Amino acid sequence: MAGAKEIRTQIRSIGNTRKITKAMEMVAASKMRRAQDRMNAARPYASRIRGVVAHLAHAHPEYRHPYTVERDEVKSVGYIVVSSDRGLCGGLNVNVFRKAIAAMAEWQESGTPVKVAVIGRKASAFFKRFSAEVVSETTDLGDTPELEELIGAVKVMMDGYLEGTIDRLYIVSNEFVNTMTQSPVTEQLIPVKPEQQEALTHHWDYLYEPDSKEVIDLLMDRYIESLVYQSVSENSACEQAARMVAMKSATDNAGKLIDDLKLAYNKARQAAITQELSEIVGGAAAV
Amino acid sequence: MSTIQVEIVSAEEEIWSGEGTMVFAPGVAGELGIAPKHTPLITQLKPGDVRVSLENGEQQFFFISGGILEVQPHLVTVLSDTALRGDDLDEEAARQAMKQAEERLKDSSADDKDYADMKAELAAYAAQIRAIEKLKKLRN
Repeated sequence: MAGAKEIRTQIRSIGNTRKITKAMEMVAASKMRRAQDRMNAARPYASRIRGVVAHLAHAHPEYRHPYTVERDEVKSVGYIVVSSDRGLCGGLNVNVFRKAIAAMAEWQESGTPVKVAVIGRKASAFFKRFSAEVVSETTDLGDTPELEELIGAVKVMMDGYLEGTIDRLYIVSNEFVNTMTQSPVTEQLIPVKPEQQEALTHHWDYLYEPDSKEVIDLLMDRYIESLVYQSVSENSACEQAARMVAMKSATDNAGKLIDDLKLAYNKARQAAITQELSEIVGGAAAV
Repeated sequence: MSTIQVEIVSAEEEIWSGEGTMVFAPGVAGELGIAPKHTPLITQLKPGDVRVSLENGEQQFFFISGGILEVQPHLVTVLSDTALRGDDLDEEAARQAMKQAEERLKDSSADDKDYADMKAELAAYAAQIRAIEKLKKLRN
């Protein structure tokens, strides 16, 4: 019966694991819905501010914000890498890192140094072991990422651009395609790519208060921040979706494993009984 | 009575949207009153109340911690900040990031490579804070 007992312990331990993965799956499912709501709630702001920025790109001649000016020579680039704080979400973070590293390696091969701002604990741990210079980081955003927590890390990069220590800024994060699919994407944040806009029927410009430079500076900072916030909130929805799927398959696998073990356990039990019986029969015959 | 579409949004959510007859907002250069068919305007807002007068005579109040106001003849958009913002922000953020790095340094002093990385990081943040302080002095 020794084999059977061991198997029974194993079944119990896998059963406990399955309970945990099942619970995590359900928690992730409910969190995902809220994360998706948050992701959608951020859209009106982003679309409004994008509209204003697009119009400014066409309308304003006297002051051009540095973010809208493409630099001829790229001496150094910056990357913002968005990751989750916690693991157990399948290949979500690894996919982003792989994408980021492939892009960074290309820059580094051509002798362009790369600076990284990491968001999320996973990225922070990962980029410690990578040759790029980590200039800022923010972690522990939790399930409800707030813009406030991102400002510092993003500001370091934006200041870097204004001071000329980086000439381009990209962000790498996950795009929420649907519950089953999240794909890593790289987006260029700075210089801001001018949006295609329908032809203006007549030329008009805003009144600026207090003056155009101040307002535009403020607006561009908010614009970049809102793009980063959107990536982060989208990544958070991706994290929950990925975790839900990963935990579902873990639960399924645990179930399969338990079925197999049960079969083995029953076989072992049966074999033990048969053996005992034949021993008794053999013993009786001997007497 | 003519009305104007008002949208109040923050980076994290849509706060309010509807029709109003008049919008009052705390611009940095003074309180603004926006009536329908106002000329296009864009301005910075300081922390304060945004008031929207509705057609039925009621008023809606919203507290915002600063932001940007965009006016088009038929549309007023308040891009509200979600946090109090100021010029000291860079400094505060850098300080916080430095604190985070410092704490990590304490945690993993056993690991030499991590320790070296952390020291470099810390130096970068320290340099940043110095730069910001210098800038501040220049401004004042």
